[in-house]
Amino acid sequence: MTRGQINKIKDKGFGLIGLIATLSGLIILGFFIGQILHEGLNRLDMDFLKDLPSRRPERAGIYTAWIGTLWVLVMTTLFAFPLGVAAGVYLEEYAKKSKLSSLLEINISNLAGVPSIIYGLLGLEIFGRVMQLGNSLLAGSLTLALLILPIIIVATREAVRAVPNSLRMASYGLGASKWQTIWHQILPASMGGIFTGVILAISRAVGETAPLIVVGALAYVPFIPSGPMDEFTVLPIQIFNWISRPQHGFAINAAAAIIILLGITFIMNGIAVYLRNRWQKKINW
Amino acid sequence: MSQTVHKIQSKNVDVFYGDNKALSNINLDIVPNTVTALIGPSGCGKSTFLRLLNRMNDYIDTFSMNGEIFIDGKNIYNQKTQVEELRTNIGMVFQKPNPFPKSIFENVAYGLKIQGVKDKKLIAKRVETALKQSALWDEVKDDLKKPALSLSGGQQQRLCIARALAIDPEVILMDEPTSALDPISTAKIEDLIFELKEKYTIVIVTHNMQQAGRVSDYTAFFYMGELIEFDETTNIFTNPKEEKTQNYITGRFG
Repeated sequence: MTRGQINKIKDKGFGLIGLIATLSGLIILGFFIGQILHEGLNRLDMDFLKDLPSRRPERAGIYTAWIGTLWVLVMTTLFAFPLGVAAGVYLEEYAKKSKLSSLLEINISNLAGVPSIIYGLLGLEIFGRVMQLGNSLLAGSLTLALLILPIIIVATREAVRAVPNSLRMASYGLGASKWQTIWHQILPASMGGIFTGVILAISRAVGETAPLIVVGALAYVPFIPSGPMDEFTVLPIQIFNWISRPQHGFAINAAAAIIILLGITFIMNGIAVYLRNRWQKKINW
Repeated sequence: MSQTVHKIQSKNVDVFYGDNKALSNINLDIVPNTVTALIGPSGCGKSTFLRLLNRMNDYIDTFSMNGEIFIDGKNIYNQKTQVEELRTNIGMVFQKPNPFPKSIFENVAYGLKIQGVKDKKLIAKRVETALKQSALWDEVKDDLKKPALSLSGGQQQRLCIARALAIDPEVILMDEPTSALDPISTAKIEDLIFELKEKYTIVIVTHNMQQAGRVSDYTAFFYMGELIEFDETTNIFTNPKEEKTQNYITGRFG
């Protein structure tokens, strides 16, 4: 065999391995979704969304859970978005290159890899006990905000760094201050990337269970929260709770709730992809 | 000559990037309402000198300098200098056209907007005037809302000139403004420079010797961080006093 033929075989071989690697993930995911849909789709109706939790599986619903998830989603965003974007912009545009700033940088990246249960313990101590927020929505949201802060910071920094320097110079050259340049040029130009990062981070927060269990979110809440100081539950905790019960009816309920949770996550990821494409089309350097 | 007849004066200026000396002992006085060309081979310090005049070198971490630069008799490296205010008086056009990813109108209006001008009629008028001055008006007047990045390279560069003119500066700095453009766009910009010097003092960095000859009244030749020769352009090109200048303009090096 000639060298060229060998290379061709290697080429095809690698293509095949790549295809299998791609498909294996998709097939497992597809199988999982298929099974969940098969088990839970019939259980899904308006009553399931409107019913409170119950001891009897056929009467139990996810009303408190999805309202709780919505609360957590909104409040976590309110805390994490401004803080994360401000920190990211600061690190990229203001912080001078120094030992301290590189130490900060490394640690922010490290934080993104800390197991979520650790954040739960931190939230329990700081928000639950020291700040005496107890097991409220506020404590849970603050904990999740902490969890996704590093992700938002990293995404913001990458988006801001992608803005070409010539844009900054053009703005400075016209007499704009640093803040004006950031507000009028850099943030609008990097918003697509920032939003994408923020939405992906939030959709991760929506699926988190462990830190909220530690902070004290309840499995059984017979009412929907009316304010940030109320007790709460969220979809993943409700699912976790149902899955661990012996009756088969609850397993079906869990499958149905998973469909709703997956739906929320898919919608959010879809928005992220849409925003990214829209902004990329608008700005062509 | 006394200070008043010079728009820009540079006195004993040294520039360092870290330990690297980029300019040494530059003394150069620029006359109002003229075009001064800065020429020299790559790395000779001509762009560094240009960026000194509106303090754009401040953004380079390792930058430091000695000496003084006066504009209208005021040392712009004085601690009291408001850099943003200085730059509203000294417009800059960059090597690569760099319009903002916004509409044509917003690009030209930006300088006024950040100065806090709110009067919409005034802004619209200034935008029109600036676009006319930069000879772009006829090409874009029907669709000022069009994204600036959809213009051709030459149009973008004239937009950048309009953007600088809209805030009514007295000095315009141009850093190789035509190096990324085709010959026709280049000719348009050169015509423009010729017209603009009636109202403005222009300093232009160029790699193109013919361009320096065509557009400038004065020419400064930089070599290895030193100002070798500075004179009226006709003298530099027909009767240079320094051998290095002679060698450079005749194409023997650079």
